[in-house]
Amino acid sequence: MTDSIRIVGLNKAFASPDGGTVAAVRDINLEIGAGRLVTLLGPSGCGKTTLLRMIAGFEEPTSGDIFFGDKRMNDEPPNRRDTAMVFQSYAVFPHLDVFENVAFGLRLRKLGREEIARRVDKVLEQTGLASYARRSPSQLSGGQQQRVALARCIVMEPRVLLFDEPLSNLDAKLREQMRVEIRELQQRVGITSIYVTHDQVEAMSISDEIVVMNAGVVEQVGTPHAIYARPSSRFVADFIGKANFLTATVADGETVEISGVHLPVAEMPARSPGETVAAVLRPEAIHLSPDAGPFRGTVRRVMFLGNIAEYLVEVDGVGSWIVDSANPAEAPLHRVGEPVFLTPSRHALHLLP
Amino acid sequence: MSGTARAQLRQLARDPVLFVLLMAIAVSIAVFVIYPLIKVLLASFQVDGAWSFAGYAELAERKLYRNALINSLGVGALVGVIGVAIGFVNAFVLTRLDVPGKTLLHYLTILPIISPPFVSAVSILFLFGFNGLVTRQLLGLQDFSIYGFHGVVLSQVFTFAPIAYLSLRGVLASLSPTLEDAALNIGATRWQAFWKVSFPLALPGIASAFLVVFIESMADFGNPLVLAGAAFPMLAPQAYLEITGSFNLSRGATLAIVLLIPSMTAFAIQRYYLSKRQYITVTGKPTASTSKVVSPAAKWLLYGVALLFALLVTAFYAVILVGAFTKVWGFNYAPTIAHFLYVFDVGFESVKDTLVVALVTTPVSGLLGMLVAFLVVRRNFPGRTALEFGSILSFAVPGTVVGIGYIMAFNAPPLVLTGTLAILVACFVFRYVPVGIQSGIAVLRQIDPAIEEAAQNLGATGLTTFRKITLPLIAPAFFSGLVYAFVRAMTAISAAIFLVSANWNLMTVQILNQVGSGRLGVAAAFSVVVIVIVLVAIVIISSLVNRWSRHTSMVRF
Repeated sequence: MTDSIRIVGLNKAFASPDGGTVAAVRDINLEIGAGRLVTLLGPSGCGKTTLLRMIAGFEEPTSGDIFFGDKRMNDEPPNRRDTAMVFQSYAVFPHLDVFENVAFGLRLRKLGREEIARRVDKVLEQTGLASYARRSPSQLSGGQQQRVALARCIVMEPRVLLFDEPLSNLDAKLREQMRVEIRELQQRVGITSIYVTHDQVEAMSISDEIVVMNAGVVEQVGTPHAIYARPSSRFVADFIGKANFLTATVADGETVEISGVHLPVAEMPARSPGETVAAVLRPEAIHLSPDAGPFRGTVRRVMFLGNIAEYLVEVDGVGSWIVDSANPAEAPLHRVGEPVFLTPSRHALHLLP
Repeated sequence: MSGTARAQLRQLARDPVLFVLLMAIAVSIAVFVIYPLIKVLLASFQVDGAWSFAGYAELAERKLYRNALINSLGVGALVGVIGVAIGFVNAFVLTRLDVPGKTLLHYLTILPIISPPFVSAVSILFLFGFNGLVTRQLLGLQDFSIYGFHGVVLSQVFTFAPIAYLSLRGVLASLSPTLEDAALNIGATRWQAFWKVSFPLALPGIASAFLVVFIESMADFGNPLVLAGAAFPMLAPQAYLEITGSFNLSRGATLAIVLLIPSMTAFAIQRYYLSKRQYITVTGKPTASTSKVVSPAAKWLLYGVALLFALLVTAFYAVILVGAFTKVWGFNYAPTIAHFLYVFDVGFESVKDTLVVALVTTPVSGLLGMLVAFLVVRRNFPGRTALEFGSILSFAVPGTVVGIGYIMAFNAPPLVLTGTLAILVACFVFRYVPVGIQSGIAVLRQIDPAIEEAAQNLGATGLTTFRKITLPLIAPAFFSGLVYAFVRAMTAISAAIFLVSANWNLMTVQILNQVGSGRLGVAAAFSVVVIVIVLVAIVIISSLVNRWSRHTSMVRF
């Protein structure tokens, strides 16, 4: 049985050393549909982990309510919330072997010996740990310990799965692999999941929806695509991927003007012609060419990254833009000091509200 | 009550069992630690039932009491200095130098810790007393007296240097020898490297060890009672004599408060000033631990000092063992088992009583220590600091003060406990739990709280988490708490001597009585029995803790 989660007007203030209070989480309202995987994304200190720990019951909200389905959970202790959490440090019980780690919660429920064995074996199979059942955690690699932590949660068939930066201690390759596994497993078991991370790529690749947080408040909620393509603030645009920030002047209902060049936009906020607006232009939405384009500039820096080449181009009368060129191995790179022409893709310009 | 306090209580109350336990602990600390101290304090301001400062005024006037204070302070300071010097040399040799026989040397050095604290006094009487082996038989001295300042200092150094050793061993082990290498590397001589780098880094630890020995020496009761003699009054035995000899409770209480003040001061400095200034320079990576900072000559000199102390320990215990099997020391050295027959005949009741008290005290004290450590480190509640302070306070309170407090507090309603098993158990539990609490706190701070949160998250209550996760993880601290509680229950004297009765008598008190009536052979036999029981118990406790922490890898609820 999985649940939707509703968070209403949630606040959390901590006592600060100087005697005052520090607001870690401010007036958060969220609705998370049953069976969805939602990521809380933000820089460290943005309140995402505090929010997760309030949902798990490890922290008590200063005000506001948390509902699982229709049931208000504020007064339930952590051991009665039926959530299962994968901790950043794994928190695998060092004195129990893999099987007993996974069986721990089931034993607390006083299930029968056969049922425990059956369920644990099944989950160990699912997580690829079947041959490690009697190993002690100290004999496992970081990735394997991570799987134990995950298996220990899945086996409980909880109402809510919680992930607290579970992959941050793994190396890059393993992180990518585990990310795919977690997503597949979550889809298969269909349990509502909340996933905390500061890694935007991780958030994009795993989530149904992303909640971007900054300084204790929610900046934007949306699908990965919506958040990337239509960020609602400069913070979101900057935090998710790379962005060039421009100042544009509204020309009419469909175009803006930058340094004498008219560009079409997909969505025009309610502005009258002549007003200036802040605009976001993603680096990969700009095409570089040696001979033609509406903007002219000079290459100041080139970095070859394999799948792309990243240029820093000083655009005449506008400023510096970052430009990503795909598949750079095919053609010779532009050199530093070389003059280039730049063409933004059609409708790539996004105006901030 | 502030909003946070209320929120903390509300959160705690969600775990009713833990909440009730916490309340019970808080109440018992108030009753068995704080209340007796208040009783002593109040009594010290009362003369013949009326409020007065006369008790203190008289103390300042009469030479006997002034001398007792000066003597106790002087002995404490000197024993502190010598004990720390010996402890430091032994710790340095055993942690830093590459010398043979380190394990054996370590166990010999700490042996005095597990025997009754005044066994050395008995050894000293055997060796240097009026009929002493060394003074009378070997040197033929007629008018040498071991009683007084030198006797007490010798005996206490022997008893308390091992405590300094243990604490300095920890200090030295946490200082990386790499720092010495770095000093040598930039051109310091060995002498400079030691005095400019290693010594200053160890200094807070050295000062802390000094204060611990000072506290122990001030509180020591058995050694002064046996060796101080009438011409050299000291505070702890004097307070005892006022109460049991002159039945002057209020004077005893006043002396107890005078005894308490230096101890509490030293404790406060040690805990709130020095402990925050200790350096830990050992990091994750292992470094070669053999010091290059001493020359070969210095190395063998230091080793010689360590060996000498170990030799002294061996000699003292050999004398006790031989003495226990000797007819009349100094006159008739024929072997006999008569003393042991006496112990198991006349003294059997006290052997049995001591064992019962120790067996009841040990598990209660061990579990309580871990539970308090768990609550203090892992739970937020109003009065947490007060609870921690209250629970370790008794470490600094001399046993004599506790003993006097207990007879004042529990001799009359509302709680009459004198003469019962309960009063001895309560006294020992709350006196010796601080060591378990402290080591529990230290170990627990090393363990990621997420491990316990994971258990709760999977459905465990606070108490189940404690039983199934915390306790097995802090098994080493639990073990040392159990051993310490058992050893102390077997060997305690200073508080216990006020609390024993015809129904419940203790072996340590018997040893003192035998020494008092000149039957050193029986005292030695009692001592041997105590030491053997303690050694056997350590083996049993260690195997139990081992088996039990292995068993928990197959948890049953």
